[in-house]
Amino acid sequence: MQNTRLVETSVGVFVAAGIAAFFMLGMKVSNFNAFSDVEGYEVSAQFENIGGLKVLSSVSVGGVRIGRVTSIGFDQEDYEAVVTMTIDHKYNRLPTDTSASIFTSGLLGEQYIGFEPGGEEAFLQEGDTIFLTQSAIVLEQVIGQFMFSKASEGAGE
Amino acid sequence: MLFQQLGSCTLAFFQRLGRANIFLWAVLCGVPGLIFRLRLLIHQVFSVGVLSLVIIVVAGLFVGMVLGLQGYYTLVDFGAEDSLGVMVALSLVRELGPVVAALLFAGRAGSALTAEIGLMKATEQLAGMEMMAVDPIKRIIAPRFFAGVLSMPLLAAIFSALGVMGGYLAGVGLLGVDEGAFWSQMRSSVDFNEDIMNGVIKSIVFGVVVTWIAVFEGYDAVPTSEGVSRATTRTVVYASLAVLGLDFILTTLMFGEV
Amino acid sequence: MANTKNNLVEARGLTFQFGSRTVFDGIDLDLQRGKVTAIMGPSGTGKTTLLRLIGGQIRPTAGTIHVDGQNVPALSRRALFELRKRMGMLFQSGALLTDLTVFDNVAFPLREHSGLPETMVRDLVLMKLEAVGLRGAQRLMPGELSGGMARRVALARAIALDPMMIMYDEPFTGQDPISMGVLVKLIRDLNEVLGLTSIIVSHDVAETSAIADYIYVLSQGKVVGQGTPDELHHSESEWVRQFMKGTPDGPVPFHYPAGDYTEELLSREEFR
Repeated sequence: MQNTRLVETSVGVFVAAGIAAFFMLGMKVSNFNAFSDVEGYEVSAQFENIGGLKVLSSVSVGGVRIGRVTSIGFDQEDYEAVVTMTIDHKYNRLPTDTSASIFTSGLLGEQYIGFEPGGEEAFLQEGDTIFLTQSAIVLEQVIGQFMFSKASEGAGE
Repeated sequence: MLFQQLGSCTLAFFQRLGRANIFLWAVLCGVPGLIFRLRLLIHQVFSVGVLSLVIIVVAGLFVGMVLGLQGYYTLVDFGAEDSLGVMVALSLVRELGPVVAALLFAGRAGSALTAEIGLMKATEQLAGMEMMAVDPIKRIIAPRFFAGVLSMPLLAAIFSALGVMGGYLAGVGLLGVDEGAFWSQMRSSVDFNEDIMNGVIKSIVFGVVVTWIAVFEGYDAVPTSEGVSRATTRTVVYASLAVLGLDFILTTLMFGEV
Repeated sequence: MANTKNNLVEARGLTFQFGSRTVFDGIDLDLQRGKVTAIMGPSGTGKTTLLRLIGGQIRPTAGTIHVDGQNVPALSRRALFELRKRMGMLFQSGALLTDLTVFDNVAFPLREHSGLPETMVRDLVLMKLEAVGLRGAQRLMPGELSGGMARRVALARAIALDPMMIMYDEPFTGQDPISMGVLVKLIRDLNEVLGLTSIIVSHDVAETSAIADYIYVLSQGKVVGQGTPDELHHSESEWVRQFMKGTPDGPVPFHYPAGDYTEELLSREEFR
């Protein structure tokens, strides 16, 4: 077979192209890079209500993503949700009195944790807990309160 | 009378399914031996994978470009054209890449496999090989099967990657979507494990099923020219239906609730 | 089975049913070593099926087939494959692998089984091709060969592993007189030179009579006649004589069974 060489070369090119395409999908299209640098330090926070927060939701300060939620649990002593986050090593100068709130991106978008840095001299470290937290706003509760107050207004007249 | 017919159809179906499973087992037994026959495998990857490359490349580019155009016209009404990259990438990586590539693969490589094996059977080449004490399942079927299973994920990855490029050309090049937004939104929303790996798993499953159907239909074909042409048609029909059906099941399993 | 030593193939009470149709109904055959034995019969008597039974590709419904002392239907797959290495078979169509050249086709069984170095494979292939007179055609693809040449290549491939027997499936069908003559000569010569046992399945009476030592005539699942070609030509069975001479009418009627001719012509009820 004279064309064995051609066949084998083209198969080699084909396999290389397939693998290259796969890497392009991994590197350029997806957040593979972001996923790999989840290495960082862990901090946790307790919330009364986390709403629709999920594992892998982002953690940001001033709109810049600095980490991700790595696990969500429930504390049976305090009856509160415990959220553990991994923060990128680069951002190691967050004060200990930083507050964490759960926000919604847009009216119906995903939920994420937003940090509001405080003024302490000491910085958050591996295993620290954030005490100043604000729970997610649950739309049903807001609407319920609004209607209740309207109703009581109406009754007062 | 009606019940008898229904019964005989059911029995025939399960008989065939059983034969297909025994056949698959025999083929799988022949796969490890391929390590010593790498050249056989390479030649089959050529005829199964490389020869399907043109149609995959062209189709991938155009599907991506159409997605880019249609996505833009829909998204621009909501002022969300920056999400075009996300839309194109997610629909390609999760669904269109594996599914369309598998459908094209069934039409291009699957039908060719069935016709080739069916003709070998019709011209007594398989029987002749058996009489030469060479197992045709190991010598003929196993390399083709494994080549198909190997080629399918590669073809699907090429299809998806070129589709994203096509979407980029149409969206950014033609319609003026912001380039930075296109890529960055895509990267922040497409998850490697969730989306890309699941797409790869899908394409491996499709590769197994399509090649399995193709080689079985060829091996099980009635050894006449009419029988072979029927088997070829059946390969394309069954393989396409199987891909679409399995895609539904896999999507439910993968992207349902975590 | 007193004379097992002399018989290479021995079938006893061989019965084979295909669906509801009985192809063979308890036939006995003895094929002697070193001889050319022919199996003849009208088309559709399952002669090819008989070869596939001997080769172990299908299993009989009942009965035994001993090849070289081994009962083929009872063999394990591995033992069957070992036995098949010592059997050659020439298919009606030649069954050459269409994606390999003539050379590679003949080399195929050697490369698969012998484990010989490529230089020896080459010498052997050239020897086999020379034996069938086609050494000059070694670079052609099977599609470029005439039917007769394809059969000769297939013959070269069948003898590549120096088998103890060769089965020929309808070797003369559809051949022009010259290639027919070539094949007749080749089969006879190979049988003598290589000390083979040959089994020919055919319905070409003249050519088969010319080379066969012994002939079995099959019809409707039974052996209806056996003997040397001479004996059969003078058989007392009218049926066998009709077959050997090829006369159109006789015990096998010219007409397919039908109702009365004049009656059917006169009746008009079926066609309005």
